[in-house]
Amino acid sequence: MTPMSTATTAGPAAIPTPRSRRTGRSWIHTVIGIVLIAIMLFPVYWMLNASLAPAGNSLSTQWLPLNPDFSGYSRAIADQGQNLITSLIVAIGACVLSVAIAAPCAYALAQFKIKGTAVLLFVVLISQMIPGIVIANALYTVYTPLGLINSIPGLILADASQGIPFAILIMRAYLETFETSIVEAARVDGCGHVRAFWSIVLPVSKNSLITAGIFSFLFAWSDFLMALTLTTGESIRPVTLGLYTYIGTNDTDWSAVMSTAVLSSLPAVILMIVAQKYVAAGATGGAVK
Amino acid sequence: MTTTTQLAARASGPATASRRRARRGDLLVRYAFVLPAAVYMVAFFGYPILKNVVMSFQAYDFATFFNGKAPFIGLTNYTATFSDPIFLRALGNTALFTVGSIIGQFVLGMALALYFRKQFPLSGFLRSLLLLPWLLPMIVSAAVWRWILEQDNGVLNRFLEGVGLISEPIPWLVSSDTALLAVIIVNIWLGIPFNVVLLYSGLQSIPDELYEAGQLDGATGWKSFRHITLPMLRPVVSVVLLLGVIYTIKVLDLIIGLTGGGPANATQTLATRSYEMSFIEFDFGQGAALSNILILIALAFAIVYLRANARAAKNG
Repeated sequence: MTPMSTATTAGPAAIPTPRSRRTGRSWIHTVIGIVLIAIMLFPVYWMLNASLAPAGNSLSTQWLPLNPDFSGYSRAIADQGQNLITSLIVAIGACVLSVAIAAPCAYALAQFKIKGTAVLLFVVLISQMIPGIVIANALYTVYTPLGLINSIPGLILADASQGIPFAILIMRAYLETFETSIVEAARVDGCGHVRAFWSIVLPVSKNSLITAGIFSFLFAWSDFLMALTLTTGESIRPVTLGLYTYIGTNDTDWSAVMSTAVLSSLPAVILMIVAQKYVAAGATGGAVK
Repeated sequence: MTTTTQLAARASGPATASRRRARRGDLLVRYAFVLPAAVYMVAFFGYPILKNVVMSFQAYDFATFFNGKAPFIGLTNYTATFSDPIFLRALGNTALFTVGSIIGQFVLGMALALYFRKQFPLSGFLRSLLLLPWLLPMIVSAAVWRWILEQDNGVLNRFLEGVGLISEPIPWLVSSDTALLAVIIVNIWLGIPFNVVLLYSGLQSIPDELYEAGQLDGATGWKSFRHITLPMLRPVVSVVLLLGVIYTIKVLDLIIGLTGGGPANATQTLATRSYEMSFIEFDFGQGAALSNILILIALAFAIVYLRANARAAKNG
């Protein structure tokens, strides 16, 4: 696959049309585009809207939150605040662990020709396709004797099982095209592999590191299966699992449920806004490379 | 790879002991870069797969957690799985869920990708907004859709009743007639962004000159799509479809969040059934047998995918 460009630089229409007519037409396209996206994003709007509805009044969520009521949020924070913090710790932990393990491996896979790298690369590719239930099934039986059930380290390690293969593939794709001459120059000057990696390779590949980190964070933040299978009580409970138990027990109070859903969506929304470039890079690169 | 060859050339001089040692040290350092990842992959992928294979031949159930005994019972777990009517139901549902989701995601994703190929103001911004459903935690989407599909107060039924399309509210998630369809619809919604992103990038790599030449030959609209776009896009299409299948057959969060596999197993898939066997009925042996069947199906598609991807890379 050719490197995929996300830039919008396709050429103009083949047959030249008067400028004014073309601009007029393209604004119509914009309007239709906005309508299409609005339909696609309606559930996201509805989540936000329902989160601002007054509690107990689930009979008729209004189409517009004209009288926003924030009591859903106060209940959500009271009930799920601790779970949000647990999720944050687990996601940051999994993100750091994923990048720390994946970065040197990706560099080695891309730049060192050592035995076994082809096998490892194949394993990494295939591992992305292994159903999570397989991992959860086996981990539960060893986590129990190891005391890792209901533990933050246990969840971090399990959640990194999505981040690590993805991060290796993303960073390797970048490092394959990495200009080796600066590393060579440093090596000739007597710089060791570790130092060259730390002070040259890592700073230069900052963008791919950030992309890998963002996705590792999001994978862990979104994890539900590991939380569902590897925790049993309320002490350590990520917010995804909190939301799930909320749906079961809180069926009538949708404003608190939807407030929790909004709070659980915040990382994705924030990253969409502040790190758009990296999110787009990860979305295209991760699947195909 | 110039680094390696240069170092190798330097090392091939008079082989003194210290140089050999230095070279061996260098090689060790190189392996050290891979070691943490290799250890992790063995512990969190290699071991679980092996453990699943072993467990699937064992009577590994509730009692095992008390007495630690998991006697080997041959193929019993597999024969029990295959003769279980719920398994057949789950297998059929998995096929319907996967095929239905893939067709819906692909057709709508292709339509949107083609639409956004037109150049118009804000198209890049709108396209990036489209990613949002894909980035949200799946369980969040499940919760939101549960509320949208709610029988009496859900907005979908209110809308359909409002415009006069239905006279009675449809029990989307609670009737075994509609639950699978509802789950497929939600999964299509989730999968559209992924299809758009990949198909759009594929479309970007088709040179404009092809369309210009086609236009001279009278190929516009549907004809140009059929004779230029589709053939040029074929490698991307096969990758998109195969990845879609591989991701869809293992979907679990969404179904558990929406219906929990019910009502009356109407939305039970291999993945949810495997979860249920292990963690609700605590029959880890049979749960493992089920997930091994799931691995085999996923691997079959994975191999086709890797070949298609290699072909795409070669032609790309």
